Amino acid sequence: MTRTMRLALFGVSVAGFAALLVWGVADLPPFGHYPGPYGDVIVKLSVPQRHMANAVTAVVFDYRGFDTMGEELLLFAAAASVALLLRERREHEVEDIVEPVRSDAISAVGVLAAIVTLVVGLDVVAHGFITPGGGFQGGVILAASVIFLFLCVDYRRYAKVGASTHTEPIEAFGAGGYVALGIAALATGLGFLQNFAELGVPGRLSSGGSAILVNWCSALAVSGGFLVIFGEYLQENMAERHGRRKLG
Amino acid sequence: MSVLPYLLASWLLVIGLYGIVSSRNLIHLTVCVSVCQSATYVLLLAIGYKEHGTAPVFADVPTSRRTVDPVVQSLTLTDIVVAVAVSALLLSLALKAHDHHGSLDPAEMADLQG
Repeated sequence: MTRTMRLALFGVSVAGFAALLVWGVADLPPFGHYPGPYGDVIVKLSVPQRHMANAVTAVVFDYRGFDTMGEELLLFAAAASVALLLRERREHEVEDIVEPVRSDAISAVGVLAAIVTLVVGLDVVAHGFITPGGGFQGGVILAASVIFLFLCVDYRRYAKVGASTHTEPIEAFGAGGYVALGIAALATGLGFLQNFAELGVPGRLSSGGSAILVNWCSALAVSGGFLVIFGEYLQENMAERHGRRKLG
Repeated sequence: MSVLPYLLASWLLVIGLYGIVSSRNLIHLTVCVSVCQSATYVLLLAIGYKEHGTAPVFADVPTSRRTVDPVVQSLTLTDIVVAVAVSALLLSLALKAHDHHGSLDPAEMADLQG
């Protein structure tokens, strides 16, 4: 099929598809008039029933924790596939052949930035049930703090945390822990992933019950997964630059 | 315009699909998939919005305050993170395709032609 033919075919079908879309959204409730009821119910229940001030995190890790497990495993599968696909292209792991940053000032600021980012990441995860944040957002920030070490200091320091032998267990522990918490809830006679711990006082760090552990597990899974992906692309880049690639 | 956000979501989806179909480069194609995905974020958040509603976080606002829907927000936030990982996977597939065909243009990959 030629390019012109393909585009013509697309033009016809997308016109029909767009018409269907517009027809569909025209009957949606007008913008700003959310009809409910699920969101309204969660908003009314999350504080009195689950003692969680942040209703969004209450949905992610408690009410719909099961769906989030799916997302978590999707992330796990994506990171594992990236590792599988890219590792096959390399002869072996490439190490410390990246030139270190030569400026002391940049290294010093980089270490500082890494520490500050790490603390912010931990803060965002820990306060997930109180203020906007949680394992997903915080996990990304935690991964960024490790990447700071590579960007501003040197590969050796970065690899102390960012080597695949460390990031893989972090990711696996996070994803596995998430599932294990679901099974632990079953063991106490509740439903899968149901909250089984003391719920605490709303607005305090201790609020959230066993969903706190789910939150931390997802932070580990997300940060580990992102570091696995970053590490694989970094190895790929170094192998490319130093000609240590398998041929064909 | 009360339907404008929905039309924006539809537009993002359609323009993303156009990018996928007309793409001459697998990396460009990955970006187009992300554009399609962002259509779902706009649609979800638009459906959950309530006029004068605040964020559904009750750390320092009373539970009686009118808030937007937390369910669509949680869907969106987890999906944004997962979408990055999926983009990384698509890009690594693009690398493999380049290994096999020596090109990133789908038109030059004989076994992809249809």
